[in-house]
Amino acid sequence: MPKMDFIQVKVKRQANPRLKPYWEEYRVKYRPYMNIITVLQELRKNPHTFDNRPSSVIAWEASCLEEVCGTCTMVINGRVRQACSALVDQLGESITIEPMTKFPVVRDLVVDRSVIFRSLKRLKTWVPVDGTHALGPGPKMGPDEALERYEMSKCIACGCCMEVCPQINERSEFVGAAAINQVRLFNSHPTGKVIERERLKALMEKGGIEDCGNAQNCVKACPKEIPLVTSIADVNRQMTLNLLDLLKK
Amino acid sequence: MKSQAKLIVVGGGLAGLMAAIRLAEGGYTVDLFSIVPCRRSHSVCAQGGINASVNTKGEGDSPRMHFEETVYGGDFLANQPLVMGMCEAAPEIVYLLDRLGVAFNRTPEGNLDFRRFGGTRFHRTAFAGSTTGQQMVYALDEQVRRLEAQGLINRFEGWEFLSAVMEEGSRVRGIVAIQLASMEIRAFRADAVIMATGGVGMIFGRSTNSTICTGSAAGALYEQGAWYANGEFIQVHPTAIPGEDKNRLMSEAIRGEGGRVWTYKNGKPWYFLEEMYPKYGNLVPRDIASRAIFKVCRQDKLGVDGKDVVYLDISHLDKNMLTKKLGGVIEIYEKFVGDDPRKVPMRVFPSVHYTMGGLYVTNDHMTNIPGLLAAGECDYQYHGANRLGANSLLSCVYGGQVAARTAIQYVEALESSSESIGAKLFDQEVKKQKDRNDQLMRSRGKENPYHLWEEMAAAMTEHVTVIRKNDGLKAADQKLTELQERVKDVNLNDLSEWTNQPLIFTRELENMLLLARVIAQGALRRDESRGAHYKPDFPERNDKDWLKTTLAAYAPEGPKFSYEKVDISLMKPRERKY
Repeated sequence: MPKMDFIQVKVKRQANPRLKPYWEEYRVKYRPYMNIITVLQELRKNPHTFDNRPSSVIAWEASCLEEVCGTCTMVINGRVRQACSALVDQLGESITIEPMTKFPVVRDLVVDRSVIFRSLKRLKTWVPVDGTHALGPGPKMGPDEALERYEMSKCIACGCCMEVCPQINERSEFVGAAAINQVRLFNSHPTGKVIERERLKALMEKGGIEDCGNAQNCVKACPKEIPLVTSIADVNRQMTLNLLDLLKK
Repeated sequence: MKSQAKLIVVGGGLAGLMAAIRLAEGGYTVDLFSIVPCRRSHSVCAQGGINASVNTKGEGDSPRMHFEETVYGGDFLANQPLVMGMCEAAPEIVYLLDRLGVAFNRTPEGNLDFRRFGGTRFHRTAFAGSTTGQQMVYALDEQVRRLEAQGLINRFEGWEFLSAVMEEGSRVRGIVAIQLASMEIRAFRADAVIMATGGVGMIFGRSTNSTICTGSAAGALYEQGAWYANGEFIQVHPTAIPGEDKNRLMSEAIRGEGGRVWTYKNGKPWYFLEEMYPKYGNLVPRDIASRAIFKVCRQDKLGVDGKDVVYLDISHLDKNMLTKKLGGVIEIYEKFVGDDPRKVPMRVFPSVHYTMGGLYVTNDHMTNIPGLLAAGECDYQYHGANRLGANSLLSCVYGGQVAARTAIQYVEALESSSESIGAKLFDQEVKKQKDRNDQLMRSRGKENPYHLWEEMAAAMTEHVTVIRKNDGLKAADQKLTELQERVKDVNLNDLSEWTNQPLIFTRELENMLLLARVIAQGALRRDESRGAHYKPDFPERNDKDWLKTTLAAYAPEGPKFSYEKVDISLMKPRERKY
């Protein structure tokens, strides 16, 4: 554990989507067991820069604080991650905090990640049930298969995999690894399978699976250790089989 | 008036998602509001599972047993017919979730697996690892997306509820909400509004709740005339990792799978829950386990290293089983503490966890204001004075279903639609909310809202949690009154009209203070001990005077209390002893 009295914090700020970003430096009194959330909480209680100039309160978002909601994702010391599980004792006494770069900034550290949910809508990642009224038990499934689906289903839609993907930039509409993993998840469900072709078709369109450059950064950045590369490979295989199937007809 | 009816659901957790789905399936258009994208709602924090007596283990479990244990666990304060309805619906609800693709753990035959939880000796809890709430939210969120694609549901994510639009002395006709990014304030018309806005953990500062669980919407409605019931019943969960920013829940499932709680006594491990409660052992209900840990640490001074800490130990259990069934919570402990619970016992202490009280609703989930309904943690039904583990996910889904059904009946019987009302009513409410924001923006006082919040939380945590004494409760209420004055002298430290978070927080704080007074004063009045409400000066349950629901109605000088009979028509109260 490093010995320090104060932490130097540099925050990339931006008042609104139209204005230019700028850096502001702060100083926060160190306490053991701090995480980036407690650092930001300290700064809103005492919004002053390192040289004691009054500063507006930094805008940032958080919710569950236990890495299960994905809200507080930001770039900390150059690495995209959740602020809640970024422990100061592991970061050192000089810390930089920036908003994610692949999503439009709303203000300061708040970004607009609604594209993630729009993609899910387009890819129909749901089980197409007849309704939510009582229709008896669901399909039986072996424990190993259930466990495999559970691992895919832990995605918190944080966007880390998109942040590190070289294929996602201003000139590309690539949906990213998380969305493709969701396609695999729902194509693996006995009822979800019913519309697997619709999902694969949507992935053939612009920004679909073709855009994956196989950099494999996604799987390393995923805080939930979801086998994203395996998911992409599996969906690629499904695409090929589907194409062969179509050709046969 | 079915054709043009429009409904609003506020809150995108389990109760809200379920209600929205049912309304859309009924053919109605729904506006669904949520502070965060629904997928990030607090329901994702629920870990252990969802109760349903399907008796797949051949233990002789039944919905009737589930009902009896829930009512008994709640120390007889719950209205029984509702609990019975929920327990009878539970198996179908779990089957539904399975159909929707929730990745539940399964038996070798491919059936749903069930684990043990507190307050029961049956295997009654279906689970998806130890992130069951997360998996359920995802499944329902995807169904909402399916209905969204059909044009039946409109999402307003990133919007926060400010107030209801109400016809004088009559009914709810819509809401006013604010977009958190642009700060745009707008009125939305609706023929019925279902609130599903969760609990109030933030009133206590550090709790197991998410930061969005302020209870602000319920507080605002209370100020507008909705009754708040059983506010004093706040559940303290026995096992959480104490933290600076929050206390992180260590699921009851850990004990359900064989985890043991202990501390040192005379140099040897002392499994005090097993010794005190031989029949249920580590799986006594939460209020009882939390009080035992308080006694061991505070009274006997036997906490680990003399601190407010006991051990929660799974190091003796099969590592493979642990990963499959408890991977999610083990990961939380590893990430936030740095130790591997498979090797060393976890250090835990009780934490504020669940809001049993909430907006008053009748048996069909309608509040005292026509057209305004509530479901999920923000209502007060089902759990009485103490909630059993794994009943919250169930009550959220069931409550959402019942509220949707009632809302449909209500709008079908309505004579005039909200669209037929002149704009004035809505404009007035929008203006009122804008004026309040302007007032806060102009305030150049000396109080920082986040400091005030900490002061409130400290008073509430000290006096209004596990052990309650009347002088302490009075001191807490006095502090709250002081804070209500000081918040008028606030300085936001932010003049921006774009994404002004201190402004939003100050408004939430005002509403938290309103409910905090309901909680503290409700506790002060209730001179007995029942479930989570424990007064050492009145250590017994007193059915003669206190087998009744607390109702708080807003008045400017402080809450006005009245009491309502509890419906005990299905099971006679008896002494609660584990």
